[in-house]
Amino acid sequence: MNLFTVAQRAMSSQLVRMNAAASNLANAGSVTGDAAGAYRPMRAVFAQDLDQATGLSTVRVQGMYRSEAEAVKRYDPGNPLADAEGNVFEAPVDQNAEMVEMLESSRQYQNMVEALQTAKQLMLETMRIK
Amino acid sequence: MSDSIFGIHGTALELRSQRMGLLASNIANAATPGYKARDIDFAAALKSSMAGNTADQAANAATLYRVPVMPSLDGNTVEMATEQTAFAENAVGYSATLSFIKARVETLSRAMKGD
Repeated sequence: MNLFTVAQRAMSSQLVRMNAAASNLANAGSVTGDAAGAYRPMRAVFAQDLDQATGLSTVRVQGMYRSEAEAVKRYDPGNPLADAEGNVFEAPVDQNAEMVEMLESSRQYQNMVEALQTAKQLMLETMRIK
Repeated sequence: MSDSIFGIHGTALELRSQRMGLLASNIANAATPGYKARDIDFAAALKSSMAGNTADQAANAATLYRVPVMPSLDGNTVEMATEQTAFAENAVGYSATLSFIKARVETLSRAMKGD
């Protein structure tokens, strides 16, 4: 494993995380007629991936987890999706939390890109010794 | 052979390169729960390699866990400000070492060409 693998996997992982946040935001406000069918926000959880030979460690997405939050019940008898009691169930998406997640993810992505650029430049300079 | 030509700078460059990888690993794992940031104590590693250890041994012996300013709740000890500063410092150190090596190579090649 080299520095490029580390950076590439880290960036892919951040991309998965960003996509999850985007999916959550896209589904904010979606309603269903039963509590079980409501959309539950997703979160990517990372794990360290250590390469014993080089001592470098990169990231992998250990899994995607659904939030345990209860769907938000709302009385809306005019909604065609409403159940017998006139309730609809809204996806429990915290839009602020999703925005923060996205922001943090993109910052960390940028950080990795910058570190990679610096490292790449130094490698190229080292190669140009003659 | 390379030791006698480049002196301390050959080892220093190797250690700088290893440290760069380690710091990049920290940056990569900024969002990994439970990840403990590591760093190489460069001065200690250089000293140990000057005492006769290989660069690999020296780097391994001088690799320490970072003490966080404020540990986060998920057990991750990567602090972006610290890592970026260390990375920048290391990159400048790498550059400096590289210019020493370049100068040495230039000196030798000029001596060989004889012009």
